[in-house]
Amino acid sequence: MIIRGDEPEQIRLLRKPYKKGNYFMQGNEAVAYGALFAGCRFYAGYPITPSSEIAETMAKELPKLGGYYLQMEDEIASIAAMVGASWTGFKVMTATAGPGFSLMQENLGYAVMTETPLVLVDVQRSGPSTGQATKGAQGDFFQARWGTHGDHPIIAVSPTSVEDSFWETVRAFNIAEKLRTPVVVLFDGISAHARERIRIPDPEEVEVTYRKLPANEEEAKLPFGDPHGDGVSPMPLFGHGHFTHVTGSTHKENGLRDVYTPEVHDRLVRRIHRKIEQNKHVYEKYDEHFTDDAEILVISWGVSARPSLGAVLNAREEGIKVGLFVPKTVHPFPGERVRELSKKARAILVPEMNLGQLILEVQRFVNDDVLLKGVNKVGGVPLTVEEILREIRGVA
Amino acid sequence: MAKEIYSMYPRVKYLRKEALPTALCPGCGGGTVLNAFANAVDQLKIDPRDLVVVSGIGCSAWIASPYFLADTLHTTHGRAIAFATGVKVGLPDKKVVVISGDGDLASIGGNHLIHAARRNIDITVILVNNFIYGMTGGQVAPTTPFGARTTTSPYRNIEHPLQISETVAAAGASYVARWTTAHVYQLIESIKKALTVKGFSLVEVISQCPVQFGRRNRMKEPADMLRWFLKDSVPISKARNMSPEELEGKFVIGELVNRERPEFTEELNKLIDDVQEHFGLREE
Repeated sequence: MIIRGDEPEQIRLLRKPYKKGNYFMQGNEAVAYGALFAGCRFYAGYPITPSSEIAETMAKELPKLGGYYLQMEDEIASIAAMVGASWTGFKVMTATAGPGFSLMQENLGYAVMTETPLVLVDVQRSGPSTGQATKGAQGDFFQARWGTHGDHPIIAVSPTSVEDSFWETVRAFNIAEKLRTPVVVLFDGISAHARERIRIPDPEEVEVTYRKLPANEEEAKLPFGDPHGDGVSPMPLFGHGHFTHVTGSTHKENGLRDVYTPEVHDRLVRRIHRKIEQNKHVYEKYDEHFTDDAEILVISWGVSARPSLGAVLNAREEGIKVGLFVPKTVHPFPGERVRELSKKARAILVPEMNLGQLILEVQRFVNDDVLLKGVNKVGGVPLTVEEILREIRGVA
Repeated sequence: MAKEIYSMYPRVKYLRKEALPTALCPGCGGGTVLNAFANAVDQLKIDPRDLVVVSGIGCSAWIASPYFLADTLHTTHGRAIAFATGVKVGLPDKKVVVISGDGDLASIGGNHLIHAARRNIDITVILVNNFIYGMTGGQVAPTTPFGARTTTSPYRNIEHPLQISETVAAAGASYVARWTTAHVYQLIESIKKALTVKGFSLVEVISQCPVQFGRRNRMKEPADMLRWFLKDSVPISKARNMSPEELEGKFVIGELVNRERPEFTEELNKLIDDVQEHFGLREE
């Protein structure tokens, strides 16, 4: 059984069914192929619109690569099975939408606390509650950040197109493996169901990483230690005779529960935070367009980033000095860069498909003398170039 | 205390020394279950390195995790079987065992319990049924007998208890047995069978909780509860000829089901082989 997905035979195997070249596919399919190329060989999920094609594609493709597709009885079971499988060495993924994401939150916290690598794709749909189940939205920005309880860090990436969703999924896996942590992919129902041209690469072109394993028995005995000073503990896998104890309760470096000593909790939770903070280079990513001389700045994410770019290009043709900033990793938010850019800007627009979420993160890093304005749309229909352009003209 | 247990108990090599002594109350049935499990593992000569033990939340979840010296995964409330499903798919050649309580596995986790039985995944579940939520302070459980008193049914319980073994048997498990902590040798034999059977197996252990259940139901001493188990247990062979009225409030003990059905991880791996063969992807 090949489970690591980065061995040469896996690359040979990937080449057989997936010839490199241009394909026409849905965003959801692209996410699935991204996962396969990143080495995902275990998927546990529960169908929910608009994410179901990810499960369907995984069910069809995983067995070809010797991987496992499990349709569980609900979303809670799905993320639970993923955590179990991750501790046996699999790279694991699930996909869901808002309501399912809510159900997964408790075990997402468990994955944070037990430092279990996994990738959770949330194909955002219109809410609250059942809302417009078939329509896209960007309303889960803060559910990804603060959905589970307690003091916890989280990493979330957000693709902006079909092709981008392939690569962002690969990146999500690499971050999860490098930092031994869950990673959320904040996708959306619009890009998920859009069909576009995408280039499937040769497997050799795809960066694939695998979690740090214990170098010796000593490291294996401290599954929650920090032997390399980077906050990332080597992960002893189940079934290798290490007698590893894993618990979501506060635990010492050796994994054993200690919920009574304040220092133990403090040390553990601070390290889990520090691990994310001190490894910014692993996950921080943003795109910038025309930001050098921008007096007006558009900050947008996910599906709204493309009409935003269209609007910026049009506005530039009209001679308006406007630039675009797109955080690709939305949590932790690249606030320092936004702070720098905002110093030169007199107005900032934040287009997103909700009534104002990313804008709250932006606000934290912007001075009061900058005009900050949301361009918000709900109802399941994406923002158009024209709608954003109108707002840019309005502040020009 | 810990040192004393460590030098006197013959199955001590199966325990995580640094986690002792256990957090279980004096007189708790959990120790009997741990002892029975350790003996079953010992008698079958299972290397603990070939074991992964998964548990949920509650007193009974503590029985094997952290005390049993194997890979142990102590999970969220009710979800142990779902976690174990992922472990088993990743390690189909290992024995994956879930030990947890009735509140954990049959109440909040009831959905996972019946679906794992339906899938017939090769996991052994040892479900410790003490009729009550012990760790949270003795609240009513889905297994609390009709009429019994708990902290949240202070006048009497007006709900009917869930028959866990019957439910799991009906859902499709390969092996189902029910014993009490007063039937230790039968319990060990059943755990051994459950560990050997290919497919989903459940051993329900009726267990005493003198502190939370007994105290409020006129059975303050652990021995009172064991006497109750012995008095009200009916072997399954005898129970088959009894009416539902006669069986009201009795514990039907013995093997309910022992049958062969296709097992999930085996079928999953067969499916992968077939698909790879079909698409010419088999790596030789």
